[in-house]
Amino acid sequence: MSNYKIEFKNLTKIFGRRLVFANVNKILASPNIYGIAGSNGSGKSTISKIIAGVISPTKGKVLHSIDGQNIPSEELHKHIGFVSPYLVLYDEFTAEENLIHFARIRGIEYEKEYLDYLFNQFSLYNRKKDIVKAYSSGMKQRLKFIFALQHKPSLILLDEPTSNLDNQGKDIVYRTIEEQGKEKLVIIASNEDADLNFCKEIINIEEFKNINDAK
Amino acid sequence: MKAIAVFKKDWESELRTRYAINALAMFILVTISVILFSIGDEKISEFLTGGLLWVVIFFSAMSGLARAFVSEEERGTTLTLQLIAAPSTVFSGKLLFNIVLVFLINFAITILYSMLFSTFVIRNFSLFTIAFIFGSLGIAISSTIIAAIISKANTKGTLYPVLSFPILLPLILILLEITKFSINGVTVSEAWVEIAVLVCYDIIMLTASYLLFDFIWKE
Repeated sequence: MSNYKIEFKNLTKIFGRRLVFANVNKILASPNIYGIAGSNGSGKSTISKIIAGVISPTKGKVLHSIDGQNIPSEELHKHIGFVSPYLVLYDEFTAEENLIHFARIRGIEYEKEYLDYLFNQFSLYNRKKDIVKAYSSGMKQRLKFIFALQHKPSLILLDEPTSNLDNQGKDIVYRTIEEQGKEKLVIIASNEDADLNFCKEIINIEEFKNINDAK
Repeated sequence: MKAIAVFKKDWESELRTRYAINALAMFILVTISVILFSIGDEKISEFLTGGLLWVVIFFSAMSGLARAFVSEEERGTTLTLQLIAAPSTVFSGKLLFNIVLVFLINFAITILYSMLFSTFVIRNFSLFTIAFIFGSLGIAISSTIIAAIISKANTKGTLYPVLSFPILLPLILILLEITKFSINGVTVSEAWVEIAVLVCYDIIMLTASYLLFDFIWKE
């Protein structure tokens, strides 16, 4: 079990003239489940993308470290598993082909046994050879979890994890969150109370909207 | 190796979706046909055919090479790529894909061209081969980085040729010069200055692209 830590240092994001959040200062460490709460458009997805390193903050920084060693930004993708409704997998490939390509691009082995276990866990085993185009939105959401867990990341970042899922799908996701939260750092950005029930600590993004803090 | 995996993913995706290949094949066919029809029975000079060859190559590249990044952006898979690979891996993979595509289309255009235009006669084949190889590389490198830039814009279609023109102009001018030399039968040693400029263009564009790509890739 690795010790993963994220440190927000004066994290501020401004889109044009609109302040999304200002001066977020927090330390999140594994093993734990944290929540990011806030109403629609409050900046939950923005902060998730900043944590994942796909967008830059306007001010401040997010420091990732594992076992006390800082992770350089170009290595970040190796440690993060990300699920969100706006994440899109390749429609023209089957679920299995998608994951084979991702394994090759990541430079890791395609662990068939482990991935079959995940396909089973998310009830997609019988459909793994179907092209993703033929999947329903709920099935695509389940596949995103397999994508996020494929490389056994230390940080699991879930933005609206239960969107498009039926009750059975939600149960699987909650089970996975609980399981992963015992060893890893799990961050859930959601406005669903049921999703945030698992979190030991909840950061309300609405509390970081003071314009004076951004100056 | 990881860059080759990005290339393989793109290549397999291209074979299934035919996003670029069909458009390129049609573009080459239509452009060469229009040139042939407009010339009719006129006998055009060999230098003009040399120039027209690079015009066809330039516009063909414009019609197909943007797909490397634009298709990812349009399908919404950019985030997926950002989550699985380092920026340099993505750029190398996309560049490899565009290099293969450019060489394929340029080869097809040149073969078609030499079959259809009797006045297009190359007297120094090795000089033309050098221009062909380094020219194709230059087009692929420039088109890839421009595609990455415009993929973030709203007006992708119109912005691509507009942004490409000033960047590719020095390359096209030097390629026209070397093609003229190869039609005239000038030796490689006599054209070394032009070859050096061509190679330098490729090196500068490649270095600048790798330095820039990190900033383009991350919003």
